[in-house]
Amino acid sequence: MTDPRSPALGRRAVLAGAAAAPMLMTVDQARAQGVAPRRGGVLNTIITPEPPLLILGVNNQGPTLIVGGKIYQGLVKLSPRLEPLPELARSWSVSPDGRVYTFTLQDNITFHDGRPCTAEDVIFSVTKFHMEVNPRARAILERIEKAEAPDPKTVVFTLKAPFEPFLLIFDVTACAIVPKHLYDGTDYRNNPNNSTPIGTGPFRLAEWQRGNFIRLARHEQYWKPGQPYLDGIIYRVVPDSQSRALALQTGQVQMTQFNDIEPFDVPRFQAMPNLAVATDGWELFSPLSWIEINHRIKPLDDARFRRAMAHAVDRNFIAQRLWFGVGRPATSPIASTTRFHDPTARMPDFNPREAAAILDGMGLRPNADGVRASIKMMQLPYGEVWNRLSEYLRQALRQVGIAVELESTDVAGWVRRLANWEFETTINFVYQWGDPTLGVERTYVSSNIKKVAFTNTAGYVNAEVDRLFAQARDEPQAEKRRALFSEVQKKLVADVPLVWLMELAFPTIHEKRLRNVITTGTGVHASFDDVFFAS
Amino acid sequence: MAEFWRRFRRNLGAVIGLAILALIGLTAILAPVLFPFSPWEMRGIPFMPPGEAGFLLGSDSLGRDVAAGIAHGTYVSLLVGGVSTAAALAIGITLGAVAGYAAGRVDDAIMRFTEFFQTIPSFVLAVVLVAIFTPSISSIVIAIAIVSWPPVTRVVRAEFLSLRSREFVQAAEVLGRSRIAIILTEILPNALSPIIVLSSLMVATAILLESALSFLGLGDPNLMSWGFMIGSGRSVIRLAWWMSVFPGIAIFLTVLALNLVGEGLNDALNPRLARRRGALPA
Repeated sequence: MTDPRSPALGRRAVLAGAAAAPMLMTVDQARAQGVAPRRGGVLNTIITPEPPLLILGVNNQGPTLIVGGKIYQGLVKLSPRLEPLPELARSWSVSPDGRVYTFTLQDNITFHDGRPCTAEDVIFSVTKFHMEVNPRARAILERIEKAEAPDPKTVVFTLKAPFEPFLLIFDVTACAIVPKHLYDGTDYRNNPNNSTPIGTGPFRLAEWQRGNFIRLARHEQYWKPGQPYLDGIIYRVVPDSQSRALALQTGQVQMTQFNDIEPFDVPRFQAMPNLAVATDGWELFSPLSWIEINHRIKPLDDARFRRAMAHAVDRNFIAQRLWFGVGRPATSPIASTTRFHDPTARMPDFNPREAAAILDGMGLRPNADGVRASIKMMQLPYGEVWNRLSEYLRQALRQVGIAVELESTDVAGWVRRLANWEFETTINFVYQWGDPTLGVERTYVSSNIKKVAFTNTAGYVNAEVDRLFAQARDEPQAEKRRALFSEVQKKLVADVPLVWLMELAFPTIHEKRLRNVITTGTGVHASFDDVFFAS
Repeated sequence: MAEFWRRFRRNLGAVIGLAILALIGLTAILAPVLFPFSPWEMRGIPFMPPGEAGFLLGSDSLGRDVAAGIAHGTYVSLLVGGVSTAAALAIGITLGAVAGYAAGRVDDAIMRFTEFFQTIPSFVLAVVLVAIFTPSISSIVIAIAIVSWPPVTRVVRAEFLSLRSREFVQAAEVLGRSRIAIILTEILPNALSPIIVLSSLMVATAILLESALSFLGLGDPNLMSWGFMIGSGRSVIRLAWWMSVFPGIAIFLTVLALNLVGEGLNDALNPRLARRRGALPA
């Protein structure tokens, strides 16, 4: 099997340079490669499942973010290394004490209804709209003490205390800029304009036939002159995965994304000469999967037992055989695609002998059937591949003498049992949101042991880990935060509170003549104002 | 018995069915000998076509042996078919016998209750029951039994209605034998033939139901069954057709064999009926 990551790594290396000098935009790279952006053409693609509505913030599901990312924009966009790049904000500065952020907006930003977008719209979006409708943004925006607009093109946010990952929240997926003149003083969730989203993005909603397609058309007054290059984008709603694969194969669509194509179909498309398969562009989300372990149950409360479990699992096998090379094996609790990943902190490697030795050391001797201990595993009811994963884990753990009984549930039952701690082990995956404080801390700190899904449902308690995460949260210096997160990763890989499995990725498959598809750390969620069909 | 066997033998299809069934039974018994390892064990390279790398019927997406899965799955299918049919017969015969013998209001009440179950599509009810009880081998057996007893009740009731007015039953009543004794020793043995024929077909239906439940992911996740194998192979059918085709053939053969045997039993137990149909020479 070919390694799908190598072309992606190449692109990442190129972009690392671009990120260092944000003025060199990807269009210039395209020119440097001898391909001049060409205006025209409509991109046909797929969206699965159909979004319920397209107002970002009010709805934050994956498909909504993908389509809405073309209609709305944030102050910044994020590079593949999650550094902020200019979007609606042309530039910004941070005061030396890390509390005052001053943004300067681009010239001539115009909403789809022709009204200009000013600092007032930004302040409304940040301090009122998203504060109310978007819980993930609220957790960070609450740190704003005051927001001011000294002139129509300048916005100044003053924080109550320094918060180093503050800029991450200004990406379109978390804090899209919405028009104040349509929303101020209304019920945001039931505003009559919610059926016709009005943003500043390069594409406006032209037609939406429910259950059939969403058609976006070029916003003629877009603030980047000459852009976007595409005349429009059509998102077709195709509920059946085999029909989606067929549409891509026959060229009816020129791009697929997210869950459109099942992992086992990916090798087939990798072999097609006119298609490119990319697995990057998910760096902000960086979903990490793991075996969730309930520490309230014996012998799962013993770190040695969890270490043995980690030694028993071949994560390369999972990545190659179950996910067909889409995504990569996990090495630590912080995904390698996010900031502050420490490559030297490595979880126990695949070594069944070591696992058996640890279990022997614990006094867990195999009985006549070769069983040392029995545990239960609740399957993650998200479809085929997750069932295969639990079947693999059962066999892998059985090899070292841990008998696993699988329990199957439906989605509602899984969430309920996870939230109520009514499980021994299960499989889980969680978005990391680009910064450990935003997406990792919640799983390990004892203050977040709650009867709510996606908190510290494992019940892991380590005072040192709590202290390190708290320090890193309030530390204004990135480098000091890096040291704190390195320390916490070393503690966690030693304790193995969870057995991390995979850094998940989703394949973006597109025709090679479609250029600049993935240029940011949010991939297909970006505005697509620089995407074009090469002739 | 010799007479029974002679009549059964006349139906060539039934004999073939019985031979296939014997082979399937043998496979179930010999599975641990033929494939002395767990069917879940990953034994080699995934997606090997049949005949390659030591996989007789190919390997699945995790490198598990499809042939071993089918052999070990035979036991599960037959177990589910047998136990759930036995449970359904227990419910169905009890209710049918009481309804047919008691007649009157008791009969009315039992038949309304039976009709209530018959109006609900049986597969949908089975799916709901398994989903409520959480999927496991016992919940599947219970669900299949619950959806398949009504036809038994109706057949048994009809037999009892016609038999209870015969002279030998009246004689037994005059002799003062208890109702339970009459039901169990006088009427039931005479009503047995249609029950036996029906039950052979019920085993086939139960196997199909279990396969359909497993196919939908409602099977016991700890047991390798044919329906589970087809369900897990369905999504990769373009890549590995053998993952779904061979378990499908196994289900097809088993169900066909049971139907053939049922037909043969019908001929053997109801010779007059068979003769009228022209299945047996007069």
